Amino acid sequence: MTALLVVEQCLNGLQFGVMLFLMAAGLTLVFGIMNLVNLAHGSLYMVGAYLATAAFGWTGSFLLAVVFALIATLAVGMLVEVIALRTLYERDHLDQVLATFGLILFFNEAVAIVWGRAALFTTVPAALAGHIQIVPGLRYPAYRAIIILVGLAVALLLYVVVSHTRLGMLIRAGASNRTMVAALGVNIRLLYTIVFGFGAALAGLGGLMAGPIYTVLPGMGEEILIQVFVVIVIGGIGSIRGALVGAVVVGMVDTLGRAFLKPMLSTAIGPSAANNAGPALASISIYILMAAVLYFRPQGLFPAARG
Amino acid sequence: MDSRARALALIAGFLVLGLVPVVAALTHQPFYLDLFRRIMIFAIAAVSLDLILGFGGMVSFGHAAYLGISAYAVAIPAFYGIDNGIVQWTLALGLSGLAALLIGAVSLRTSGVSFIMITLAFAQMLYYLGISINAWGADDGMRLARRSQFGPVVDLANPYVFYYVVFGLLVLLLWLGHRLIHARFGMVIRAVRSNEPRMQAVGFATFRYKLAAFALAGAVCGLAGALLANQTEYLTPSYMHWTRSGDIMVMVILGGMGTLFGPVLGAVAFLLLEDLLSAWTVHWQVVLGPLLVLVVLYARRGLYGLLPGGGPHG
Amino acid sequence: MLESGAWSDNKEGPVRILKGGVVLALVVGLLIGPAGAADPLKIGFITSLSGPAGIIGKHMKDSVELALDHLGRKVGGVETEVIYGDDQRKPDVGKQLADEMLKKHKVNFVSGIIWSNVMLAVAPTVTGAGTIMVGTNAGPHELAGKMCHELYFTTSWQNDQTPEAMGKHMQDQKVTDVYAMAPNDAAGKDMISGFKRYFKGKIVDEVYTKLGQQDYQAEITQLRAANPKAVFVFYPGDMGIQFLKQYAQAGLRDQIPLFSVYTVDETTLPAVGDAALGNFEARYWSPDLKNEASQKYVADFKKKFNYTPSYYGAQSYDGILLIDSAVRAVKGDLSNKKGMVAAMRKAEFKSTRGKFTYNVNHHPIENFYLLKAVKGASEVEMQIQKTIFESHKDSYYQDCPMKW
Repeated sequence: MTALLVVEQCLNGLQFGVMLFLMAAGLTLVFGIMNLVNLAHGSLYMVGAYLATAAFGWTGSFLLAVVFALIATLAVGMLVEVIALRTLYERDHLDQVLATFGLILFFNEAVAIVWGRAALFTTVPAALAGHIQIVPGLRYPAYRAIIILVGLAVALLLYVVVSHTRLGMLIRAGASNRTMVAALGVNIRLLYTIVFGFGAALAGLGGLMAGPIYTVLPGMGEEILIQVFVVIVIGGIGSIRGALVGAVVVGMVDTLGRAFLKPMLSTAIGPSAANNAGPALASISIYILMAAVLYFRPQGLFPAARG
Repeated sequence: MDSRARALALIAGFLVLGLVPVVAALTHQPFYLDLFRRIMIFAIAAVSLDLILGFGGMVSFGHAAYLGISAYAVAIPAFYGIDNGIVQWTLALGLSGLAALLIGAVSLRTSGVSFIMITLAFAQMLYYLGISINAWGADDGMRLARRSQFGPVVDLANPYVFYYVVFGLLVLLLWLGHRLIHARFGMVIRAVRSNEPRMQAVGFATFRYKLAAFALAGAVCGLAGALLANQTEYLTPSYMHWTRSGDIMVMVILGGMGTLFGPVLGAVAFLLLEDLLSAWTVHWQVVLGPLLVLVVLYARRGLYGLLPGGGPHG
Repeated sequence: MLESGAWSDNKEGPVRILKGGVVLALVVGLLIGPAGAADPLKIGFITSLSGPAGIIGKHMKDSVELALDHLGRKVGGVETEVIYGDDQRKPDVGKQLADEMLKKHKVNFVSGIIWSNVMLAVAPTVTGAGTIMVGTNAGPHELAGKMCHELYFTTSWQNDQTPEAMGKHMQDQKVTDVYAMAPNDAAGKDMISGFKRYFKGKIVDEVYTKLGQQDYQAEITQLRAANPKAVFVFYPGDMGIQFLKQYAQAGLRDQIPLFSVYTVDETTLPAVGDAALGNFEARYWSPDLKNEASQKYVADFKKKFNYTPSYYGAQSYDGILLIDSAVRAVKGDLSNKKGMVAAMRKAEFKSTRGKFTYNVNHHPIENFYLLKAVKGASEVEMQIQKTIFESHKDSYYQDCPMKW
């Protein structure tokens, strides 16, 4: 176990965390501003991946596919919001969970009807398929480095938008006091639709970036959705800062657990016992983390102050 | 007037369920015995979830964990030669109830989305543990070589006897549940769902009531798990997967949350639909999804709301 | 709070009647149902048609249909109806389907089943009811050993045989410093132990990953640091697609040879493409296997369905042909179970794998080949490189008490 190995695994953990952040940001934004629990967020991730794959198939250009997928997922998100979710804002979280659970079933099947059940072919575009030399002795896949950069850029963008623009001000005001903002003449409905669309686009971004390295098939969003919920619960629901911190923590814990739990246990309880205990523990590490955080701080690490 | 009509509708429903074996025998279609028995077992699980979800407002996405725990509690003793049903089922209910107590003790400190997530997390933990333990079959599961033994009279190997055992248990549970809901305990639970701070201000130890309800629901679901293990004569850790919890939740929603009898209707509808529709098309979930959304949005009382007197004032 | 949003009063009456009608239709539909068919031979085929594994079910169903076409829709010379069931990958649903096929449709044979755990729930149900079961994929060792049954046959293999073959190949090639990976479940552990039954070289590490894991970057980093000379994996379905793409993406494709079982096949190749090039697999069959029955199967399949069939399909095709040989032998007298069992044991039909012989536990004794993923005419395909095992028997038949 060398220092370089640990550094590389930390990079992996950061990259995984950043992927989670992209999803978590959209989810927590929607929750924080509209008080809406959206289980179908993973379906929007899936839609982003499918649309990007389809667009790449039509145009052959990765850039065009990205642009198309972002815009199209934004559109799908806004459509879903207008058709199915508007009435849920007033309802309690139970109703929201149950209704959006129904949306998951619908999206999974709709995607299977359009594209079939077989996984779609995706690949990293040739330009991004190489490696970059971070330090001598540490070569890192270029595509994954780009994911880290994109994720951090999005975090910065969100910070700027929410804190320093008029739109961000409206969003924060609407979160604090919806009625007052509407009374002041702001079209709250439109605002919510836009915010939801934006959250959907973030999920779509996560999906289209995941497509080339993960498998694109119906239900691909469920696995990551659970992890994303763990992130926002740990980070504090409604807080983007919490989403970032939570995502990086979860990404690190999961990655480092998978990499080092077994070797570490091996020295304590022997290799064959570690062969059993290591993977089992690694697969539930983030759940244990979440249970621990919730036990001591049920509101999460950075609970958003809600008006 | 309305409640009398509803009581009549419910009695008619139970008569139909009770007569299924007779009809099955007369028409030489013993398959329906198995089908409706499986439906009733899931109805028991759904009713147990309704207790905490519908009445208590606790959205547990990990309820199926108790199905799995109790199924193992039946199969593992059987594997070592202990066939006695009383021993197995006591173990099953006890362990599920205990697990629910422990999980609830941690989870109920949170609420809302955190609660949902942590219950899901616990179920996932049990699932992943289950599939990694090779001694008990991992995800290949365990066979039940013989059904639980209750002596010569109650022979679960006899499909008719088994059917009526399940039927009897379902009726008993519904009656007990009905009594519980209208007793002080049930009223406290429902009041806590409406306004917990007020109940605390009035002096109720709301956490203890919620925990008790949670543990009770877990134990009753454990009963369903023991029955399911006997029904399939096989179990796998997939009984604990969160998608199973989702299935049970769908039954509660479709049937009508907070109605106690609704989940029975929901189980019947969901499993019948699944059996029928999946024979026609593999894409039946594309209909089920929006249907659920509609039910949640516009028909909170679900199928139960369709019964006479089950409407807004039921 | 509970009452908000119930059906509105005005619409209650007509809506209730409508719903009542639906319920009535459901009940009537159930009772009448498809049970009233008059066809004399019925085969129940259980597989996974919905969900992510639905692609495998499609391969199997399409192959069954092709077999029926080749037989003129008459298995054994008798008009045949195949009733398909979707087990949704759940053992209790599989068992319910089996019950339905046995008791309601009164099928003469039950066939299919992808997953070992579903098979372990279904097979005893079918054989317990005195009906012949022809498995066409799952090969749990229990059914090859202690739980073997006179009425249970399989046209596929016993799960361990495939990794045994890969283990033998790598042992013969004197490959050393192997890094083994598999999911942390029963199948994963069985594959690695099957591999180790024949591979006696040095295994650098055995890594078990979470079932359904999507991102393998952490494991790939560890793998690189451990400096193995070869990698052996078992990652079926979507796990395999992800792993292969990430393995290729990490630049390891050309550096460390990758050997696998049940990971790269015709159900996953379309999604992986070039990332699979150079991958080695062990299998008892490949679309390029040179025998008349196989060539005909592959050619007609491609013509009818427009994609390349996989071994799941070949096994299911063989299953129907096996049943055909049995029914033919008893001249359509479906009550003569003993006669059909005897005929099935002889397995006199033109199998896609060439000569077909049964072992005492009703599992085939068959060859295993080394396959490699290469660039074909238009797509990446698997091609046989050499034979690893000739007439390989599984490792559990000695526990089977049957003698014949």
